Amino acid sequence: MNARIPLTLPDPERDHVSGAANGSIKLLEYGDYECPFCADAQPIVKEIQRRLGDDLLFAFRHFPLANIHPHSEHAAEAAEAAGAQANFWGMHDLLFENQSALEDEDLAAYAGELGLDATRLTREVASTAYARRIREDFRDGVRAGVNGTPTLFINGERYDGARDLKHLLNALTAM
Amino acid sequence: MSTTTTNPSHRSVLSPGTQAPDFSLRSTPDQSVSLSEFRGRPVVLAFYPADWSPVCGDQMTLYNEMLDEFQEFQAELVGISVDGAWCHDAFAKQNKLHFPLLADFEPKGAVARAYGVYDEKDGTCERALFVIDPGGTIHWSYVSPIGVNPGANGILSALEDLKAKTDKTAAPK
Repeated sequence: MNARIPLTLPDPERDHVSGAANGSIKLLEYGDYECPFCADAQPIVKEIQRRLGDDLLFAFRHFPLANIHPHSEHAAEAAEAAGAQANFWGMHDLLFENQSALEDEDLAAYAGELGLDATRLTREVASTAYARRIREDFRDGVRAGVNGTPTLFINGERYDGARDLKHLLNALTAM
Repeated sequence: MSTTTTNPSHRSVLSPGTQAPDFSLRSTPDQSVSLSEFRGRPVVLAFYPADWSPVCGDQMTLYNEMLDEFQEFQAELVGISVDGAWCHDAFAKQNKLHFPLLADFEPKGAVARAYGVYDEKDGTCERALFVIDPGGTIHWSYVSPIGVNPGANGILSALEDLKAKTDKTAAPK
């Protein structure tokens, strides 16, 4: 049997990953597109990616808190649907940059902006085509010790420190 | 009765194998919930310090998203704090909580004391979790540092363990 990669590490076979697959520093985020703290973390993650370059492998998993964030599940569906059209990260960025506009028609507009098939994306979002995958992320997150959003794991360890650039970079590069 | 202390080592916390003290607490301004009502099903008791404090919000928000998972074990989830029923009502509405929050309000903290998880100094419940088996015995308990949201992994592991035990007992010879 194939041992699965621990839930606290990026799994390039399964996850949406960005950066170098063999990067020595591994950052995994469990997040929710409607969570303001996740949106705050987004530019910091971007800057970390820029600075660490090929040393970093970044992965994002869904952790929608749907009761308090009623748009979070459709937003996650839109990211997955964009991923099915080979542009998960483009949608991921647009969702965080436009957190206050996550209605279904907004999601379709972002698909258009990215040059994706918006009709297909809208259909997949409406039918929650990726609900199982999103729920699997959520359940894995709970088992990994995710207790809110965003939760970050650095090289497999939950990071509970401050989420500013300085502290995060320190934690990421302290080996 | 032993004298009350502010001992932070949680030595008074009821441990697995102990009969869970029964209680009846307000879940809304005009309804009460008793632990004994849940006999026959596992119960998750989540004591938390206060409605509205940010970490609590996260913890109850998280559990609220996991009701399907708890349901798979036929487990009932209840949150307990010393806040009154009206406060719970507002907090639950704000966060769209779909499980009962019980008011350990009068006499204040009596249930938390019975479970050994009352913080005398702050006058609140500690952040404590109990999984109670279908027969009403404590199967697992955990006290988290007050500022740390314990998440739900421990609860799920305890429910799985409990299910394995129950299945074994119930298995035909």
